[in-house]
Amino acid sequence: MNATMGTLSDAATGVAGRADAMDGLRIRNFSGTVGEVTVANPRMRTRGVDVYYGDKHAIKNVTLDIGSNEVIAMIGPSGCGKSTFLRCLNRMNDTVEGCRVTGHITLDDKDVYDRQMDPVVLRAQVGMVFQKPNPFPKPIYDNIAYGPRIHGIAASRAELDEIVESSLRRAGLWDEVKDRLDQPGTGLSGGQQQRLCIARAIAVSPEVILMDEPCSALDPIATAKIEELIDELRQNYTICIVTHSMQQAARVSQRTAYFHLGDLIEVGETTQIFTNPRHKLTEDYITGRFG
Amino acid sequence: MSDDNPSSAGAPRRRTIDAVRASLPRRYAKERRFRLTGRLAVLTGLAFVGSLFLSIILNGYTGFEQTYLKVQVTFDQEALDPEGRRDPAALAGADYAALVKRAMQAAFPDVSGRSELRELFGMVSSGAEYQLQDMVKADPSLVGTTRDLWLIASDDVDMVMKGHIDRRVPEDQRRVSDRVLGWLDVLEKKGAVDTRFNWRFFTNGDSREPELAGIGGAVMGSFYTLLVCLVISFPIGVAAAVYLEEFAPKNRLTDLIEVNINNLAAVPSIVFGLLGLAVLINFFGMPRSAPVVGGLVLALMVLPTIIIAGRAALKSVPPSIREAALGVGASKMQTVFHHVLPLAMPGMMTGMIIGMAHALGETAPLLMIGMVAFVVDVPKGFFDPSTLLPVQIYLWADSPERAFVEKTAAAIIVLLAFLIAMNALAVYLRKRFERRW
Repeated sequence: MNATMGTLSDAATGVAGRADAMDGLRIRNFSGTVGEVTVANPRMRTRGVDVYYGDKHAIKNVTLDIGSNEVIAMIGPSGCGKSTFLRCLNRMNDTVEGCRVTGHITLDDKDVYDRQMDPVVLRAQVGMVFQKPNPFPKPIYDNIAYGPRIHGIAASRAELDEIVESSLRRAGLWDEVKDRLDQPGTGLSGGQQQRLCIARAIAVSPEVILMDEPCSALDPIATAKIEELIDELRQNYTICIVTHSMQQAARVSQRTAYFHLGDLIEVGETTQIFTNPRHKLTEDYITGRFG
Repeated sequence: MSDDNPSSAGAPRRRTIDAVRASLPRRYAKERRFRLTGRLAVLTGLAFVGSLFLSIILNGYTGFEQTYLKVQVTFDQEALDPEGRRDPAALAGADYAALVKRAMQAAFPDVSGRSELRELFGMVSSGAEYQLQDMVKADPSLVGTTRDLWLIASDDVDMVMKGHIDRRVPEDQRRVSDRVLGWLDVLEKKGAVDTRFNWRFFTNGDSREPELAGIGGAVMGSFYTLLVCLVISFPIGVAAAVYLEEFAPKNRLTDLIEVNINNLAAVPSIVFGLLGLAVLINFFGMPRSAPVVGGLVLALMVLPTIIIAGRAALKSVPPSIREAALGVGASKMQTVFHHVLPLAMPGMMTGMIIGMAHALGETAPLLMIGMVAFVVDVPKGFFDPSTLLPVQIYLWADSPERAFVEKTAAAIIVLLAFLIAMNALAVYLRKRFERRW
């Protein structure tokens, strides 16, 4: 690994200059990520993030910007830390026993891991869709209405109805479920359940939506619908998607980040990553030599 | 093997097949023997349970019936209400025992002599006078009339009618004399002997007379005790389970608490009784034999069971539900109370019912806190002296009268019916609300 790191830092010349411009955020031991880690209009920024599970060093010094209204895909072989990184962004890792996060993560220039930051507020701004569709075993309506209810977003029942309908419409599920809003969300098909989960996430109007392999449990048709939906949601939201499917990353994302054994190896425009990868490991992965 | 010599390749292969074939009968025989052993084990178990149930039911079903004798009773105005004022207090205090004796004597006018008369009067239960008293209390206009009434028979007559006292046994070894048998035959020929469903068994408290003894007091005692037990142990058990499973930090202290809860589940129940005696009765001065103390002691006893079952139920709620709730910004508390706890509730209820069934069948700790007393009155509250069903069974099993054998078995049937019903409810809840993820 050390040998790899050596060659990495040689290749990362273009990035160091940009790193100075990061207002006041400390950058430690900048690892040799290839490509542009920063963007002009970042929504979230991570600087030198390390994650440990007990003694295991799961994420090593990752610096990455997530731009506004972009879809950024995280790819990489299993166990490379892409999901762990995603879960740092809305502090879902807080619930994991023995998990320690160091470094800086900001959302709209506010430190996510600051003492002042309440994870409840953060998660209202950074929603999440999980690998396995996990609707609540409650009526479809209540699944969507749960977030707005606990946050007190809707002032009246009519407003809540409005939120439920618009969320379901945006998730492309309204026409399929409008006649059975009182039936349990767990009774829907896998693809519908996942769209329900997306609708549930957008019902609280977050700024960022994190998606952790949202299509891995779905068939190709349901996957196609979700991908279409992601593309539409990009108008209003920033989306971080972890995926095992490189075709999916290529189809839905504007930028792609390649993780390998806890290191962020390469970041770049999706087209560039898939047509002209600059790092050997990225090339090996996307050409199917391993992973 | 030998690639260069294909002709020999077949030989060792055939030998493998032969070896497999040769070993097959032994393998299958072994499997058959194992299955047979399993079946025998299950059958033996079933046979034991079956014979237990059979013996209890055969012994007990007659306990639900009671023999009655039809006697012509004269509600004598002179004896009951000489002043004719129909004063309820005077009517209640009148000598109804004399009424019963006179009625019996009228039925057999040729019986004389002290010991013979005592035997004749002994055919009717001492409860018969209260039967008459209640009738007059309900309807004072009965005074001065003569009625054919079914009076409750004594336990000896009852046993003869049910065949539990053998007529062929020589008289000096039999509880019932030949004379009484003769009178009984006379009454039977007149159609004046009948066996009816024994409602008293369900409404009465304990009694020295088997024909008057009932489980009403014990059932009410068990009810009040279990109510206290439920009200105390369920909230505490659920709160402890939720805190330990969802909120408590994982450190040495919580580990120690967890180990101790698991150990408490294995503490002999009589120790909890000692605790109740020493702390609740001696230190806090709570009343003896009271359901409130019994309920507290049983609550202590079932708490570990409820906490362990509750934690298992919480553990079985998949983490994806917690993540879903946390993901939309629910706080830890909201996640637990809106999603995890409702999903774990059926499992917790099951644990609760199993715990209650356990408490219902418990005897030992109650002996320590004085719930083993002879209580005639049906308890009317949490502080009245009372017994419980299993204690009542224990008391009756100890009584010498033959008629208490069937009462014991009948009470066991009732207790088992309650236990089976509670377990069936637990199974139903589990099936009904079980979720597959």
